[in-house]
Amino acid sequence: MDRRDLIGGSRDVRTGGRALTPALAAARLTLVRDLRLAFRKRGQLVQPLVFFAIVTTLFPLAVSPELSRLRDIAPGVLWVAALLSSLLALEFLFRDDAHDGTLEQYALSGQSLTWLLFAKTVAHWLLTGLPLAVMAPLAGLSLGVPAAAIPGIVASVAVGSVALSLIGSVGAALTLAVKRSGALLSLLTLPLAMPVLIFGARATELAIKGGDFSAPLQLLAALAVLGITLAPLATAAAVRINLE
Amino acid sequence: MASWTWFHRLGSPPYIYSLAARLTPWFAWPAAALILGGLYGGLVLAPPDYQQGDGFRIIYVHAPSAWMSLMVYMTMAISAGVGLIWRMKVAHAVAASCAPIGASFTFCALVTGSLWGQPMWGTFWEWDPRLTSELILLFLYLGYMGLRSAMEDVQRADRSSAVLAVVGIVNVPIIHYSVTWWKSLHQAPSVMKLARPAMPPSMLIPLLMMLLGFTLFFVAVLLVRLRGEVLSRERSASWIREAVSP
Repeated sequence: MDRRDLIGGSRDVRTGGRALTPALAAARLTLVRDLRLAFRKRGQLVQPLVFFAIVTTLFPLAVSPELSRLRDIAPGVLWVAALLSSLLALEFLFRDDAHDGTLEQYALSGQSLTWLLFAKTVAHWLLTGLPLAVMAPLAGLSLGVPAAAIPGIVASVAVGSVALSLIGSVGAALTLAVKRSGALLSLLTLPLAMPVLIFGARATELAIKGGDFSAPLQLLAALAVLGITLAPLATAAAVRINLE
Repeated sequence: MASWTWFHRLGSPPYIYSLAARLTPWFAWPAAALILGGLYGGLVLAPPDYQQGDGFRIIYVHAPSAWMSLMVYMTMAISAGVGLIWRMKVAHAVAASCAPIGASFTFCALVTGSLWGQPMWGTFWEWDPRLTSELILLFLYLGYMGLRSAMEDVQRADRSSAVLAVVGIVNVPIIHYSVTWWKSLHQAPSVMKLARPAMPPSMLIPLLMMLLGFTLFFVAVLLVRLRGEVLSRERSASWIREAVSP
């Protein structure tokens, strides 16, 4: 992989340290822009969170209102709900910017598309992943999870959702050119997200039982780091292909 | 550079079309011989297992299918990567031809695995990590094929699905190591224990024949599918008329 494309503008040929600054500055501007745009449409912002709450509510209604039974399935419920609501939010990650030509401008800007899209993904995580981590304890308490498990739940959802956002950004970029991409997007993203689900649910389960959840949490962090290092490259490649 | 001519010729659809036609019998006949021989050796000659009785014999289809499901994915991802990097149309055609074959092997491995599970574990489906990973692999294949079919433009479909295949290959090591990561009901792999094989030769040799036979069978089917793929991609090219007319 071209190193210049990773850290600096691909047209803007400078030596390593100097080229880093404009790329990061552009990425920061993209991040600020995305956050500002999102806060102007607060209704859309809340939707994945409401979805998360509703999915969590379905389980006591469908399974049983007994807290002892709910506590056993709580890790799975929390993680499946988190996975689905992050999936729901993914469709909007690049959609608007692809329609109005912003992504094309990004690709032509001479700045590294990898960094710009990474910034967009970070904004997406701040707007969907982080709120989920804040809301997960509430959902957990409603499922009869002891209060002592809250730090573990917050940590695992916060770290796991980083990986989910990055995996999802690849899927969202690949389906940019596809109309009504919802089902296809889930078909592409969910299999890749399985390891996150496994380790996330395991960490949550251990936290609920009062055990040491650091091992699955570290594996989640490893997946997140793997996502941070590799996913933006794949996302940028996919966006470029679908803009042509 | 004369030494690279063979590589450049591989990028030419007419050359690949005729090469695939010439190579197919060289893979198809040995595959048929090995699979028939392996089946005879495995189903008739090999002694019954002292614990599993005759039930173990499904391994002669199950293990090669499971092995091929991974191997085809590797082939698909590598040729997709080659197509992405060197912009080789033929490499994309190979990747596209691999997907349905790989999905079939994966499906076959899942079905034989669950049929074996019924007498051995007492249930058709056990949420065992290896079966589950195999199921995820099937979803990966289906996602790849779904993405391809969702795109009208062949080049865009080629390159997008290539990115997906390369990303998905991250999952293949996870599948492989899942055996050691999660404790499970599934027995540890018993074929490749180097010090002392867990299987007697009368059981092992048919299995190895089946493995090789399935691999050759895959190559033969891949070559046939590749010709179809090249035909449909180059349908407006002039060389097709000469190649297809008897």
